[in-house]
Amino acid sequence: MLEAVKGVQGKKVINFLLNNAIIILLVAISIVVGILRPSFFSTLTASNLMRNTAARFIIALGVSGCLITRGTDLSAGRSVGLAACIAATFMQRSDYASKVYPNMGDVNILLVLLGVVLVAVMFGAINGTVISFLNVPPFIATLGMQTIIYGICLVFTGAQPIGGFREVYTNVASGSLFGITVLPYLAIISAVCGVIMWFVYNKTAHGKYLYAIGGNENAAEVNGINTRRTKIIIYATAGAMYGLAGFLLGGKAGGTSVNLGWGYELEAIAGCTIGGVSTNGGVGRVSGILVGVLVFELLRIAMQFMGVEPSYTYIVQGLVIVLAVAVDMRKYVAKK
Amino acid sequence: MSEYILEMKDISKSFPGVKALDKVSLKLRPGTVHALMGENGAGKSTLMKCLFGVYSMDEGRIFYNGEYVRIANPFDALRKGIAMVHQELQPIPERSIAENIFCGRYPAKLPGVVDHARMNAETAEVLKKVGLDPEPERKLGTLSVSQIQLVEIARAVSVGARIVIMDEPTSSLTSSEVSKLFGIIDSLREEGVAIIYISHKMDEILRISNDVTIMRDGQYIGTWPAGELTTDLIITRMVGRQMTNLFPRKENTPGETVLEVENYTSINPKSFRGISFNLRKGEILGVSGLVGAQRTELMEGLFGLRASVSGAIIYKGVKFKCSRPKDAIDHGIALLTEDRRRTGIFGVLSVADNISVASINKFHKYKLMIDGKKINELVEANVKKLSIKTPGIRTLIQSLSGGNQQKVIVSRWLANDPDVFIMDEPTRGIDVGAKYEIYCIIADLAKQGKSILMISSEMGELIGMADRIMVMCDGRVTGFVEGDEMNEETIMELATRFETEDEKYA
Repeated sequence: MLEAVKGVQGKKVINFLLNNAIIILLVAISIVVGILRPSFFSTLTASNLMRNTAARFIIALGVSGCLITRGTDLSAGRSVGLAACIAATFMQRSDYASKVYPNMGDVNILLVLLGVVLVAVMFGAINGTVISFLNVPPFIATLGMQTIIYGICLVFTGAQPIGGFREVYTNVASGSLFGITVLPYLAIISAVCGVIMWFVYNKTAHGKYLYAIGGNENAAEVNGINTRRTKIIIYATAGAMYGLAGFLLGGKAGGTSVNLGWGYELEAIAGCTIGGVSTNGGVGRVSGILVGVLVFELLRIAMQFMGVEPSYTYIVQGLVIVLAVAVDMRKYVAKK
Repeated sequence: MSEYILEMKDISKSFPGVKALDKVSLKLRPGTVHALMGENGAGKSTLMKCLFGVYSMDEGRIFYNGEYVRIANPFDALRKGIAMVHQELQPIPERSIAENIFCGRYPAKLPGVVDHARMNAETAEVLKKVGLDPEPERKLGTLSVSQIQLVEIARAVSVGARIVIMDEPTSSLTSSEVSKLFGIIDSLREEGVAIIYISHKMDEILRISNDVTIMRDGQYIGTWPAGELTTDLIITRMVGRQMTNLFPRKENTPGETVLEVENYTSINPKSFRGISFNLRKGEILGVSGLVGAQRTELMEGLFGLRASVSGAIIYKGVKFKCSRPKDAIDHGIALLTEDRRRTGIFGVLSVADNISVASINKFHKYKLMIDGKKINELVEANVKKLSIKTPGIRTLIQSLSGGNQQKVIVSRWLANDPDVFIMDEPTRGIDVGAKYEIYCIIADLAKQGKSILMISSEMGELIGMADRIMVMCDGRVTGFVEGDEMNEETIMELATRFETEDEKYA
């Protein structure tokens, strides 16, 4: 009898540990590294963590909508790259020697931001339209778009790196609110995006439709939901996120090239799935995505502090992706 | 050697909330055709799936050639010499006929290397046997439905099966193909093969079977030699059941006509055609028919999920075009779909989300956001009104029982205040107690003046609930019954009134 009770409790504890494995991992990494390398707990580490995660979180937010509706967006990384290159072109100093458009005056930074976001939204809307109306599977549609955008970026930049930014641009990426180290602008912008997406997912009809389509697209159609329009909005919103992220990353890097953004879509998808976005559709929370993205960066920083050679980081990250999803799938398998 | 090649003893099988088989027995003699009969839902297919290893049974034993056997899966069944020609065929259309026939048991020269020459030669031979052109390398998907059915039979022949289960094998065959099939069956019988034959077509049964076993509501009724039976006798034994007070008292009074459908015809020539009927305010119109009668297809057509080529829907005196579900919903029509899992519930979403999903546009606040408080009020009110048993409104719907899931979907539509409710198999997969609750909800809706189109494969349920019943067979309406005519014999007769060849081409 006592044994049985113990067994049940043991099971409960194990379930609790597995269901919160990622958070526990986050905390465990921090504590262990913090004890071994006391300098780990510092405002500088926090600031670095936030700066490096900010753009990744924004990209992951964009991809999450596609994933929740059982789609994907492989064009994310290249969209980010194109947005960065366009922004860079319009944010060069007037006295910079190799300026792309030497005779162009200083363009308002907000105008540039709006411009790159609109370009990215357009590509996202095209993705959504192709997926909804031509019935091309999202994997293929966005794979094609990935290549197309890369080509456009090559044509646009002539494959030349772009540098020499105005201070107002680099400042967005390097500065922080009131000069406080733990309040970098990047993190604040990223947090605002998180709040907006949380609102969209939880408080709007569009958000409810998104989860409904992800949960059961056939049923969504029976219930009169315009699944095509909803999907176009989802992919266009994703585009907006990539545009913003590209703008921020360009300024952060201090110079851009066509290679910026390469592979970011996979990192974003990994972050989402680690954070509990189900590729079976209908499941995913903004808070989870944040955790998923943080795990990646925290692992990287922690291993840096421990003096592990950076190459090993990839092996560990790969293992984390697979294990996190394996642990997550348990929930669904058990319910059958 | 025992007298029987197969004995199934006291087989029981339950699904969540339903007892599909209750101590059913079947004895099969070698070299005979054994017909298995019963209404839709009587448990015939379930019994066969237990034999074929698709389902694992809860209780009972199977003896094959007098020996106790366990059949773990379809592959195991095939290896033992039991083959099944499926009601819903599951072939691989993009691969060749030969690969389909030898799927899972490819002949090999070297380990792992398929011997295509031998496979194709053997396929050609077996194709000739069933009267098909010997084209082993032809892509299966390029054949007609009836040819594919014959390929399935060829497959059963080629494995050298001693028992062949045929589940509605003639449902898509023309009469000349049917005679060809009967020829194959005769030659199999001469070779000592035993055939279990499931069909609704009485004349076929009486023509080819030796023994007939009848099932009803998951129970074994009896086995008789075919010679002792007539169509009437079979029908009486299939449907004859005591009706007690299983249904709520009806207090609805049908009023003026709300919905008229005229000559409605599907874009798919094999689906519904020339359908005309009308539905009155506060009326429950039952729709009866066998599997394949195209009832669900018709309802999905009316709801804008399937395309039509001709005919009209006249709603409250105005003709309207319904090209997508939203059109129907905007006109006040609701559809409770047949397959709750596939097109009804959003499994990973909460009860609250499932109730509000179709009416969310009515709950806007400041144009942008939705009014969570009002939605919660709606959900709480519905949970109470329909007494939905759920731990909370945030509980995922997939953890509720079938009956409660159905109530959630009913309340989803009620939030839109529809006038016409199409309910396709509203009590499928729901246990007996919950069924009565659903009946009460339906009766109550009719009393409030809602019009209800109720499709059901359980005739007892239609007779108990409907004011009138429309009977369909093979895509057509074959008749309406009301009053004293609403009995199972009359309905069954209408539901099996298949078109003869002459009528088809008239």
